[in-house]
Amino acid sequence: MRLSEHRYRTISSLEGPLLFVREVFAARIGEVIRIVAPDGRELAGEVLRIEGETVLVEVYGETRGLDAESTSVIFTDALRSAPLSSELLGRTFNGSFRPIDGAPMFVPEKRSPIGGCPINPSARARPQEFIETGFSVIDGLNTLVKGQKLPVFSCAGLPSKELVAGILRNARTVSASGSGHPLLPGAEAAFVVVFCAVGVTFQEYHFYMKVLEEIRTGFVAFVNMADDPVMERLLAPRFGLTAAEFLAFGCGMDVLVVMTDMTNYCDALREISTAREELPGRRGYPGYMYSDLASLYERAGRIRGMKGSVTLLPVVTMPEDDITHPIPDLTGYITEGQLVMSRELHQMNIFPPVDVLPSLSRLMQKGIGEGRTRRDHREISNSLYRLYAKGRDLRKIEAIVGRDGMTKGDVLMLDFADAFEREFVNQGTRGRTIDETLDLGAAVLKRFQSGKA
Amino acid sequence: MTGKVVGISGSTVYVDLKGLKLLERVYVGHRMLAGEVVRLDGERAIVQVYEDTRGLGMNEPVKAGGAPLTVRLGPGLLSGMFDGLQRPLEKLRDETGPFIRIGKDMRALDCSAVRRFVPLKRKGDEVAPGENIGFVEEGAFRHFIAAGGRSQKRLSWTADGEISLEGPVGVFEDGEIITACSEWPVRVQRPCRRRLPVSGPIVTGQRSIDFLFPLARGGTAVLPGGFGTGKTILEQSIAKLADADIVVYVGCGERGNEMAEMIEEFLDLKDHWTGRPLMERTILVVNTSNMPVAAREASIYTAVTMAEYYRDMGYHVLFLADSLSRWAEALREISSSLEEMPGEEGYPTYLASRLSSFIQRAGVVETLSGATGSLSMVLSVSPPGADFTEPVTQACLRAGGAFLMLDTSLAHKRHFPAINWFQSYSLYSKDTIEVYIEKVSARWGTLMQRCRELLQKEQTLLEVSEIVGIEGLQDADRLVMRVAGMIRTEFLAQNAYTEDAFSPPEKTCAVITRILDYYDDASGRLKQGKGLEEI
Repeated sequence: MRLSEHRYRTISSLEGPLLFVREVFAARIGEVIRIVAPDGRELAGEVLRIEGETVLVEVYGETRGLDAESTSVIFTDALRSAPLSSELLGRTFNGSFRPIDGAPMFVPEKRSPIGGCPINPSARARPQEFIETGFSVIDGLNTLVKGQKLPVFSCAGLPSKELVAGILRNARTVSASGSGHPLLPGAEAAFVVVFCAVGVTFQEYHFYMKVLEEIRTGFVAFVNMADDPVMERLLAPRFGLTAAEFLAFGCGMDVLVVMTDMTNYCDALREISTAREELPGRRGYPGYMYSDLASLYERAGRIRGMKGSVTLLPVVTMPEDDITHPIPDLTGYITEGQLVMSRELHQMNIFPPVDVLPSLSRLMQKGIGEGRTRRDHREISNSLYRLYAKGRDLRKIEAIVGRDGMTKGDVLMLDFADAFEREFVNQGTRGRTIDETLDLGAAVLKRFQSGKA
Repeated sequence: MTGKVVGISGSTVYVDLKGLKLLERVYVGHRMLAGEVVRLDGERAIVQVYEDTRGLGMNEPVKAGGAPLTVRLGPGLLSGMFDGLQRPLEKLRDETGPFIRIGKDMRALDCSAVRRFVPLKRKGDEVAPGENIGFVEEGAFRHFIAAGGRSQKRLSWTADGEISLEGPVGVFEDGEIITACSEWPVRVQRPCRRRLPVSGPIVTGQRSIDFLFPLARGGTAVLPGGFGTGKTILEQSIAKLADADIVVYVGCGERGNEMAEMIEEFLDLKDHWTGRPLMERTILVVNTSNMPVAAREASIYTAVTMAEYYRDMGYHVLFLADSLSRWAEALREISSSLEEMPGEEGYPTYLASRLSSFIQRAGVVETLSGATGSLSMVLSVSPPGADFTEPVTQACLRAGGAFLMLDTSLAHKRHFPAINWFQSYSLYSKDTIEVYIEKVSARWGTLMQRCRELLQKEQTLLEVSEIVGIEGLQDADRLVMRVAGMIRTEFLAQNAYTEDAFSPPEKTCAVITRILDYYDDASGRLKQGKGLEEI
């Protein structure tokens, strides 16, 4: 430990975002570096590798204009950490945690390393408290619970932001009527939102900021725009999650973290990995992408004996609409389910265009039923799913043999699948309560089950 | 012996410490991060550190551990919950809070505990290495304590009654002490007198497994499936319900929330074979995906060594790992940080040999004390993009004996367990079928064959009906489809959240008998000229 800053002017080589510094005394891995360019511009960086007295530094941001002779490199002896305070609420920062909303930086109560520490699995509490999102297709069939991580798998051009905006506006823990929920019937609690924008366009940024300003309970935004430094794409979600953990486990709030778009995050990871000359894995993404994504997503959860929770809602745009692409694939292996959007439903003007069949919420079983939502929830959801799956299967046959070649029962199933999409899935932007959702599901079922008899 | 850090790259650390051995344990830096020597290179040793190295500085001290990575074996492992390096998670939580801070070394067993020792050998008895000298009670189990040493020796003293785990339980005439706890290097297979062929089935309670693709004691089942196909649920059901004496479950690089769910459930449930708390027969090793990668690589070895330890007492141990792909990925990450030449998809070329020698640790053995114990494995694999041609699945296939392929399209139809009945196979059918025939039904074999044929026929008919429509099929064929549908929904599918989660072999046999009897009856009536709708 040196406990002081050291300044060097011993750069031996510069290569893209990497620079080698010679004759460094006692550097630390991950140490935060400040770099002063010949023109006085200051850049940030981090120690990536140390070999004897030679240190490899990764520079965040544009390295144009750096040279070997007069650029100085300052070793700060500190690790990257996030300043935290309850004054975070209502603020907007960039990917380096500098305010971009015009107000001055707050005085931090404490600082925490941005990598976080893994939650001890034996200290976790089982996520089981129902979150009402207002969308039937989620609440009814792919129920979200507190502490879950549930990504939205979207395709380019589909209204994922409208879906997320809808969830942000509506999300609340709520007790269904007469459910014996710890909250009073009809009582509700809303979420604090931590918004991490990764490589977004101005349009998206503008759209989301308008939504965030409507949220009564407060938000914190970390925004990395498409033209901001690539390295900050990796930092923004980490700052966001560190802030979320602080608000949840430090201040006892229920936090909903939205990260969009994780495809930009993974591409940034690939870009930086290539610059570091690491071995590429599938489609050029680094082999450690699974562990890296897990180090973000696994920070969701609840802790036994503590108030507060971190619920994660990442948005992934599937390249080429391909769910087996490494990004959605690895995400699906880490998260507890996924909401998959479908181009077909979108073409049919159905909103939200969530395809129920490949979608899944792994933690749903414990979050529904008596005391959570409603006693008949499981049954309604299973029946809807089963019949819809059957109807969808039959559509393939219909395309070959035509409706006339099918039995009466099969035609009924086809009609059910249509009705399910048009009436249950399709709802526009107006939120439905869980009771409305279940009543509607039961009504659709009843129409077709009685028609069958 | 101490040296210092001379280079750092991620979790790979270069140290200038002479006299280290390969795979020796070392402690790095002021925070004493645990690591393992992976390469010796002239003056320097290369160390793989099991923990986050962030903040580690140059010239920090490095201490040699003197021994390879070992686990501590002794009474008290059962119902324990450990991380990949065998640190007790519950104790860690109580001492350091809900977040795992690094560099905290902690012993797996509570050595201050006092237990009652019942000797089986007395003063003057000749004892061979590996022979049991007595036992302590651990829940419902007798935890046998074996003598170490190299040759047969005479005992001069054995304990009787209360012992502490640190003290001796026996002394040889030459003064050598026998203790209740021992250490064993995780990467070394524990010895046995001889290996035996697999014998008899493990009843999992899953109809599709027990009936179509049975598992055998001492065998290995590989369970590959894309995400959302229910690997974890299936593994956990097997862990809960299978008829094993002891279950060792490794959550290797998987989800924390799922582990929390599993832990809570295991604490609540009773073992339905014995009625005792389920945790009493279970050891959990948990290294979730955000815990350090190198410890994830070690976690399966830590777990399998504990499994072998109980096997050596003559128990039937079931070892489950979820998932081996995460282990292989950890291996890949470590290999690439050592700048080794990559093989297929970036995995190191020794992936297949490491895997097969690991899987080889399963089997039935005659233990050193003459008892018969077994170690069976159920290993899940998470192939990227549900593509089964990838290296980890393929390497597992060559070494495993049963292949239970989990099918994404079945999962989308909510058919669980989503075991594909055309692609899966089990090489243990012959080893297990006699037991079922003898104990359950003489028709077991014929029923199985007919069930397979019907499912195969349905497949062919489905292709035809896609062209001509189901109306275009003959009644006999439509009956086949109806019966095959019954087999799928009433027999093969099983809801893990209901009473039906466990189906004893008798029930399995009764359900399939009922369906096939219906088929025989209906086809008889069809032949008499009745229409299908009437039946």
